[in-house]
Amino acid sequence: MLRRPSDLQLDRDPSGRFLPFAVTLMVFLAMLATAAALALSQSALGFQHGLEGRLTVQIADEPGSSLGPRAGRAVELLRETPGIATADELPREAVAALLQPWLGRDGLTRELPLPALIDVTLTPGMAVDLDALQAHLGNTVPGARIDDPRPWLDRLSRIAVLLEGLALAIVAAIGVATVAMVVFATRAGLAAHREVIEVLHLIGARDAYIARQFQGHALRLAFKGALAGTALAGLALFAIGRAAAQLDAALLPPVEFGPWSWGVLAALPLVASLLATLTARLTVLGALRRLT
Amino acid sequence: MVRFQNVGMRYGLGPEVLRDVSFELEPGSFHFLTGPSGAGKSSLLKLLYLAHRPSRGLIGLFGHDLATIKRDKLPELRRRIGVVFQEFRLIDHLSALDNVALPLRIAGVPEAQVKDHCAELLSWVGLADRMQARPATLSGGEKQRVAIARAVINRPSLLLADEPTGNVDPEMGQRLLHLFVELNKIGTTIVIATHDAHLLQTFRKPVLTLANGELAVRRPRGE
Repeated sequence: MLRRPSDLQLDRDPSGRFLPFAVTLMVFLAMLATAAALALSQSALGFQHGLEGRLTVQIADEPGSSLGPRAGRAVELLRETPGIATADELPREAVAALLQPWLGRDGLTRELPLPALIDVTLTPGMAVDLDALQAHLGNTVPGARIDDPRPWLDRLSRIAVLLEGLALAIVAAIGVATVAMVVFATRAGLAAHREVIEVLHLIGARDAYIARQFQGHALRLAFKGALAGTALAGLALFAIGRAAAQLDAALLPPVEFGPWSWGVLAALPLVASLLATLTARLTVLGALRRLT
Repeated sequence: MVRFQNVGMRYGLGPEVLRDVSFELEPGSFHFLTGPSGAGKSSLLKLLYLAHRPSRGLIGLFGHDLATIKRDKLPELRRRIGVVFQEFRLIDHLSALDNVALPLRIAGVPEAQVKDHCAELLSWVGLADRMQARPATLSGGEKQRVAIARAVINRPSLLLADEPTGNVDPEMGQRLLHLFVELNKIGTTIVIATHDAHLLQTFRKPVLTLANGELAVRRPRGE
């Protein structure tokens, strides 16, 4: 069966021709901003999960005082402290390995006075008074210092929230720009087809009948643009992912998008298409109401 | 059906093109509307097919007062009115058949019925072989017949025609007028604006005469 011709020849409108390209760009940028926000949120969570319930106790190498016995005393003391599940001294090779990214593999670490590091795991659900523990450790083992990652994690979390908010603001700004473009294109279309619209009205067409033609046209153009934008963003994200995998990113936890993240990204082109459709409808209905 | 009471109309801030026009059309009546060029015939028709609002006076249509009717009720009234515009106002990118189909599609008639009805009517007005032609390729007379078919396809309660026989030969003019007469017989109220004195004589119907924006009603002798 032949498709019913549209009463308004909107697909010939010059005003609508730029819309798919503009939506392509908008969806591309929105997907990158959203992907960045999601990756950031995941990285912050990864750090938090990795460091939550853990402490490091550092014992500085001091001249005239042997490091080994002091580290042993610190481990014993820590293991006796309520709320601490495990306390293990890291082997010297492991401490040297931690410094390798900065100092290289040329044996420099062997000559340096490296501190002893004790990896401490806290018992879940039990509070440990870190100030009291620090005071006790400091008195018993000279040069012992607790590295508590929580203030750093708090700062990281605040920065992550700020950057996520910024990414959302970028997506919102992109949404506003898309709405403005659709409004412009729809108004131009209304002006170009004023004669036919008047005839349709006089024959008995409701505003919604005319709006349906504009919204259908906007949906087709925006969806075409959104698909292209999604494809481009997919390629860009793939390239960024490949480049990131090649970096020696020992400090960064790996970012793996879960189903929810993929769902959010997949929803963006649909949201952009629906936004264009709704904008076209409301623009037409508003303009026709003012017309007569 | 239609009632005008002291209706005046002007375009913008210009002079009144209609002054104190009062008349009444009974359901199922047939009237010609005549008068010299610029007398206000097209303006009166615009008021009747709800393209304009009066500057003053009252218009009653199908029992509704147009001064108080809500905008969203206008499409229902317009669907009961068939209009043959003087300049046809066909939609250029649609075929003759799709132009005629517009009122049915707007009214939500199922597509299967739309094609059958339109093809039948276009055959009746002598355009069976021009159904897929675009208006740009139709002659003036053919366009006029498409415009008439579009106006009557939905069996309107009120049919308004602005010079509907102006571009066709006398024989086709008579044939189209007979179509209007047939529609009138099944209850459609008809108003035809025309300059054609021959039509007025042939079809002896009441005549609304406009001169200088004022209207007079004249009934044929013996009625």
